[in-house]
Amino acid sequence: MTEQELRSIIFAELRKVAPECDPAALTPDENIREAFDIDSYSFLRVLVGLNKQTGVDIPEADYGKLSTLATMTHYLMAHLP
Amino acid sequence: MGEFRMPSLGADMETGKLVEWLVTPGQPVQRGDIVALVETQKGLFEIEVFEDGIMGEPLVQAGQTVPVGTVLAMISSGTEAAARTEVQAEPPAAPAAAPPAESPVVPPVAAPLAGSPGRFACSPSARRLALELDVDLATVRGTGPGGAIQRSDIEEVATARKAGAAPVVALEKPVAAAPIQPMDAETSAARMRQAIAAAVSRSNREIPHYYLETEIDLSRPLQWLAAENQKRSIQERVLPVALMLKAVAKALRDVPELNGYWLEDRLQVKTEIHIGFAVALRQGGLISPALHQVDRLSIDELMRAMADLIERTRAGRLRGSEVTDATVSVTNLGDRGVKTVHGVIYPPQVALVGFGRIAERPWAEGGMLGVRPCVTATLAADHRATDGHQGALFLEALNRHLQLPEEL
Repeated sequence: MTEQELRSIIFAELRKVAPECDPAALTPDENIREAFDIDSYSFLRVLVGLNKQTGVDIPEADYGKLSTLATMTHYLMAHLP
Repeated sequence: MGEFRMPSLGADMETGKLVEWLVTPGQPVQRGDIVALVETQKGLFEIEVFEDGIMGEPLVQAGQTVPVGTVLAMISSGTEAAARTEVQAEPPAAPAAAPPAESPVVPPVAAPLAGSPGRFACSPSARRLALELDVDLATVRGTGPGGAIQRSDIEEVATARKAGAAPVVALEKPVAAAPIQPMDAETSAARMRQAIAAAVSRSNREIPHYYLETEIDLSRPLQWLAAENQKRSIQERVLPVALMLKAVAKALRDVPELNGYWLEDRLQVKTEIHIGFAVALRQGGLISPALHQVDRLSIDELMRAMADLIERTRAGRLRGSEVTDATVSVTNLGDRGVKTVHGVIYPPQVALVGFGRIAERPWAEGGMLGVRPCVTATLAADHRATDGHQGALFLEALNRHLQLPEEL
């Protein structure tokens, strides 16, 4: 999986929970939950979606490592099966 | 014979619009079946029947707005109905989604204008989409089975309009006074605001609130939860709010006076604990649908019920009963970084429990100062129904139950 492909998977999952937001407008270091006003339930849904799409297992203790676009991409790329 | 009436879906609902019948006359219905879609200021709701029987002719047509309590249809019950059911062939297995395009049911009431408006063959989800996209169903050509309007047909019309036909629609709009008045996003947000305004104004006018708050150390429940979640796949993981809801339900069993309604100048305690759970909508506003019998659900069942309820609330697929039968409410503003929330009670309920953000705070215990994950729990309660003493007992019980997470 290329970083580009991963990026579009992330964008698709974010659009599911925040349809009125444009993920392309996110800066790499912006806190996604704050920028898009995503609550803990919806954020869990995003992570579940990413887990399904990428096969990356995300332990609860690592949730904090996926808070920005940059760290999320980095984490998932590094753990791709 | 039973009467199926326009339900009251909120303390301040006076009228409701029957958007669509989902059953046809003569069709057998069972208690709990969804038979109609009703629109209120808070959006669209699926309305169920509360008895078994055979659906009678509609007395109110789709598109009509009527006062709460208006009989919408009769439901014949008992043996006469049973006899008729036997004669009838198996009820069509086809989903109520696609009634025949030419409905044999000619309404006894003179239908205004073009036939029977609002009776286009169209699934509820497509109809919902049409409302959202402000598409008049009369202008849509159905391409589904039997000419039924499908979601794609509506999207096509909406897209075509965007592509340039906009001025025409704008001109036609006032003329086409179709009974299904499409709500644009702005109107629906404004009406949602009005509904909330009416409810909270009534609450502040009528309910003498008192407020209590306490700081709860969450180290133990969060450690327990982390260990539990480690054993689970990501889909099965539980959020801290599920523990808090369950603890609220158990504490309400200890202090039942906070679970019920203030009606006819007296407290009516309810034995079933249905927690109204405030869900913020992305387009603005909020709805507090009920999680049923929370004290009897396991943490996993509760988490699933909560996920289901949040999804359906945000998709506009709630049942009417779910927005009316909460016996107490919980609001959780922790996600928004808030420390303390002093809530406004939703009448006729008598209490609202609030949770703020879970955060590390200094905690003194046994002469030692440490850092613990904490949450501020608040209670807003109706002083007509209870006194501060009972409120304090409740918060104490809430803390006690949270400290025993394995028993929740």
